[in-house]
Amino acid sequence: MPRLIEVRNLRFHYEDGTPALRGVDFHLEAGESVALLGSNGSGKTTFVMHLNGLLSGEGSVEVCGLPVEKANLPAIRRKIGMVFQDSESQLFMPTVLEDVAFGPLNLGMTREDAASAARAALETVSMAAAIHRAPYHLSAGEKKRVAIAGILAMNPEILVLDEPTTFLDPPGQRALAELLARLPQAKVLVTHDAALARSLCTRAVFFQGGLIAAEGPVEEIINRFRWDFAGEPTKSAQ
Amino acid sequence: MHHVVLERWSRGASPLHRRDPRAKFAALLVFLVVLATAHRAVPLLAGAFLLLLAATLLWARVPLVGALRRAALVLPFTVLAGAVCWLGGDPARSLSLVLKSYLSALAVLTVVSTTPLPLLLRGLELVGAPRFLLMVAQFLYRYLFVISEEAQHMRSAAASRGFSRRSGGFRAAAGALAVLFARSYARAGEIHRAMLARAFPGRFHTLGALRFRTADTAFLALAALAPALIRAAIERVA
Repeated sequence: MPRLIEVRNLRFHYEDGTPALRGVDFHLEAGESVALLGSNGSGKTTFVMHLNGLLSGEGSVEVCGLPVEKANLPAIRRKIGMVFQDSESQLFMPTVLEDVAFGPLNLGMTREDAASAARAALETVSMAAAIHRAPYHLSAGEKKRVAIAGILAMNPEILVLDEPTTFLDPPGQRALAELLARLPQAKVLVTHDAALARSLCTRAVFFQGGLIAAEGPVEEIINRFRWDFAGEPTKSAQ
Repeated sequence: MHHVVLERWSRGASPLHRRDPRAKFAALLVFLVVLATAHRAVPLLAGAFLLLLAATLLWARVPLVGALRRAALVLPFTVLAGAVCWLGGDPARSLSLVLKSYLSALAVLTVVSTTPLPLLLRGLELVGAPRFLLMVAQFLYRYLFVISEEAQHMRSAAASRGFSRRSGGFRAAAGALAVLFARSYARAGEIHRAMLARAFPGRFHTLGALRFRTADTAFLALAALAPALIRAAIERVA
């Protein structure tokens, strides 16, 4: 059985020549949840945007055995669901139901099937009561749940979550962690939140200067880089 | 947020909101043609049409004063053209220009404020409007919201630091405009990436199917006849 994600020697430069990724190797097995840790600007978000072809660098990226290239993008975007850091960027339709059905309709589902998939996804995230509400009237936690429903409605095999606890209060963070733990998909979690990484992931990789500096069990990586409330990584860890 | 007013109005549940957008377009077209081709007793006709539109807005439960105020946004442009006519020695034409432009704007606003944008665009697509143009319209609509949100955030942030229109000069306003553009551009890019991540194929699909019912035909007949009959009656009296 092929790995869900296989990345080899991925390199990427921004248009101004700044190197963002300098040879990243990564893999994700079925059923696995991996935390991507590292400082701001270390390349985590740039890396995950290569997984569904939003950015394209040098090297090789495969998702469920399919190379990430233009011809495969529709199939790959069906397999990888990406939840963005700011839910406001993701929610743009006039009602919650229409927004969640946006992805299923893009996949070619009939209106009935798309509406039914959207309702089921909203049920999963406990937002079924909000189907006729406007997304901009929701709280930050509700917006995040609807954004996740918008991805779940497409029935992906992998969830990529970019800083999912940003803008959430502690009860909202806890509720989100419980929701994510219930979802059966494999997950790639970009986060600064050590507690969330501990609760959801079995493995962590640590990004530094566009490279993966280390990988291993979550607790080991957090301790090695002092990636907890204590703050910045120590010089000895670098 | 100020920008959601029209969007909120368009989500009403009045009989006018339930009409097929194609019926509303056809009625709007008839109204505009009847208004634009009127040359006799224009002030009296304008008064009657204002009452007709006001009654329509009340029937649709759209706030009348708010709608009248928003339609006045066209006045700065047409008053200028009207002033040129006036100075050219044709005050009747000047008045006619201002009245007709205001009523046209109010009529368009009546349709827009009673039709959710996805249905409006779907209706336009079905009556043969170019799909590319409609997509540009949808993006423009979404991104105008983005710019408006960014501007409101920046205004709040500036006000919190003691900025006022009196204290700030042209230089500060120009700098803020440049930052607003850069922030909006970055935000719009993120929204576009979020849409691509949900398999956006370049064409919007909607959940609701459009059906032209008997009530739509009856509405269209009534809405097309009313302005024509009013004009005929006024021209006979005048």
